[in-house]
Amino acid sequence: MSEEIRLMKGNEAIAHAAVRYGVDGYFGYPITPQSEILETLTELRPWETTGMVVLQAESEVAAINMVYGGAGAGKKVMTSSSSPGVSLKQEGISYIAGAELPCLIVNVMRGGPGLGTIQPSQADYFQTTKGGGHGDYRLIALAPSSVQEMVDFVGLGLDLAFKYNNPAIILADGVIGQMMEKVVLPKQQIRRTEEEIRKECPWAITGKTADRKRNVITSLELDPERMEQNNIRFQAKYRTIEENEVRYEELYCEDAEYIAVAFGSSARICLKAVEIAREQGIKLGLLRPITLWPFPTKIIKEYAEKVKGFLSVELNAGQMVEDIRLSVNGRTAVEHYGRMGGIVFSPEEIVEALKEKLIKE
Amino acid sequence: MITAEEIIKPENLVYTKPKLMNDTHMHYCPGCSHGVVHKLVAEVVEEMGMEEKTIGVSPVGCAVFAYNYIDIDWVEAAHGRAPAVATAVKRLSPDKMVFTYQGDGDLAAIGTAETIHACNRGENIVIIFINNAIYGMTGGQMAPTTLEGMKTSTCPFGRDVKLNGYPLKISNLIAQLDGACYVTRQSVQTSPAIKKAKKALRQAFENSMAGKGTSLVEFVSTCSSGWKMTPVQSNKWMEENMFPFYPLGDLKNE
Amino acid sequence: MAKVKGTVLVNTERCKGCELCVEACPTKTLALAKKEVNDRGYHYAYMENPDACIGCAACGIVCPDGCITVYKVKL
Repeated sequence: MSEEIRLMKGNEAIAHAAVRYGVDGYFGYPITPQSEILETLTELRPWETTGMVVLQAESEVAAINMVYGGAGAGKKVMTSSSSPGVSLKQEGISYIAGAELPCLIVNVMRGGPGLGTIQPSQADYFQTTKGGGHGDYRLIALAPSSVQEMVDFVGLGLDLAFKYNNPAIILADGVIGQMMEKVVLPKQQIRRTEEEIRKECPWAITGKTADRKRNVITSLELDPERMEQNNIRFQAKYRTIEENEVRYEELYCEDAEYIAVAFGSSARICLKAVEIAREQGIKLGLLRPITLWPFPTKIIKEYAEKVKGFLSVELNAGQMVEDIRLSVNGRTAVEHYGRMGGIVFSPEEIVEALKEKLIKE
Repeated sequence: MITAEEIIKPENLVYTKPKLMNDTHMHYCPGCSHGVVHKLVAEVVEEMGMEEKTIGVSPVGCAVFAYNYIDIDWVEAAHGRAPAVATAVKRLSPDKMVFTYQGDGDLAAIGTAETIHACNRGENIVIIFINNAIYGMTGGQMAPTTLEGMKTSTCPFGRDVKLNGYPLKISNLIAQLDGACYVTRQSVQTSPAIKKAKKALRQAFENSMAGKGTSLVEFVSTCSSGWKMTPVQSNKWMEENMFPFYPLGDLKNE
Repeated sequence: MAKVKGTVLVNTERCKGCELCVEACPTKTLALAKKEVNDRGYHYAYMENPDACIGCAACGIVCPDGCITVYKVKL
């Protein structure tokens, strides 16, 4: 398959991207608003073309543990779900992080807590960036704001996961999952051979040959001193990722007096809010974190010296705003504006919130 | 009279620990059935010449460190999730011989869903099931397979079915599933039993490579520490109390 | 009837003194050391009656820790 321009939903785009980026296995369980990922994959039948395994598991718990097994074998594997399902996966995600395995997880967020609603939300920011499961670990978190980025981040997420032997997550929401846009699908990548996996992932459970010791995929270490060393190694890796992999987009920030910080679908709405604000003579800029972890702390800190205030615009009760406040560290005003439970704000609402919370006079 | 030195020659060797089992001192309690089953796994893999193709999935429970003792590649699963882990390993690498090694708590309580669905899908894996009717690793708590009236640290007055439900014959359940091709109950307390169990294990592994579906080999086992008996007493107790409720033999062989 | 003679080697450091080999031995060849213990404090198995051994390997087969190696000759 060569490069191709298509019109499709964000969820469908994830499925097409998975096949085209040479994913070896997808393991999922139906949940709204992301069921099209599994549906599209079963319709594409990649097991007949690339040899990719697609399996509907008995639960999200089983699906993430299948990902753990596949990742342990050095394969490119992924799963997807939505908020309640991702909660179920947390145990497995912690094990994957603890065993330092690469994989890709997709969360198409819906409103919570609990069973919540099937409408879009961004209330899993904390869960994604602050742990979610037990133990000191981090996920490389990518926040797409277009269907094209749903495609691109499947490739990027897997590349980063394998670069750092760490799980990566695409944190999308119901808006990005369900909306249709033009996308450029990449040309078909060939899946890696067993020999390439043995070479690129010498730690993988590929079968113990005479020339090496047995490989064991585990997160267990009962000796506390060795376990601390493992943790120190993880933290050093996380610092490297923070150093090298921060991604963000700046729009109208050069002359901005105020900056809206928003990710995913919120950033799209904010861009319209920036236009409206500027028509009204308010110099508003938009900073869109693409990686939620590592968070774009440095650039926010730099702007903190120049702007009168930041407005964190999120579809939640105020989660990313905490990271902005940590980055700003009191240098300027930081406020939050959000809607919850599946309600999406309008651009006008955001401008009003900006005036009310930050401009005041 | 022939001396010991004259007998101890390679050509006279009749039994020794399988090569695949390394010299690492096993953490199991004295007399634990796990050791014998480990030896059988190592022997069968060795005899099949599958050392370089076998992937073991170890559980949470006493066998959590199984990966330290048998020289093959291993992946350590979260509690109960071994069949899901094995599913992916086998599907993504069909040329591998993949088995899970699970205790009764892992397989028949927290991992019931993963076990039943892996078997129902007919995953071409082997599930080795150690049923000693107790949680060994955590110190002897009630398991789903704990017998009625049997005392454990969480049913100190004996399992009361009104309070705790009935002991679960999960192998019988699995034998009902179309995806399971071979379900058998074995034991390892005597030399003849061990020889029989080894044959069963070999068949299970062969089934998995022949793509016949899921094979489950239950080993009715002892837990001397949890049962608070000597290993010799444990074997006797098992024969008298476990075997009537968990009778040995094939439950399904297709 | 051809007579057989066997002998066993016990890896005494690996042995945990579980006594299952003693129980499995049909000729009462094996016993646990009465006083001696290994580095881990276990009374390990040894051939108390070496002449009785017929090399049947029952002890080796039941040993959970793989401590026993068995040899046999036909006399």
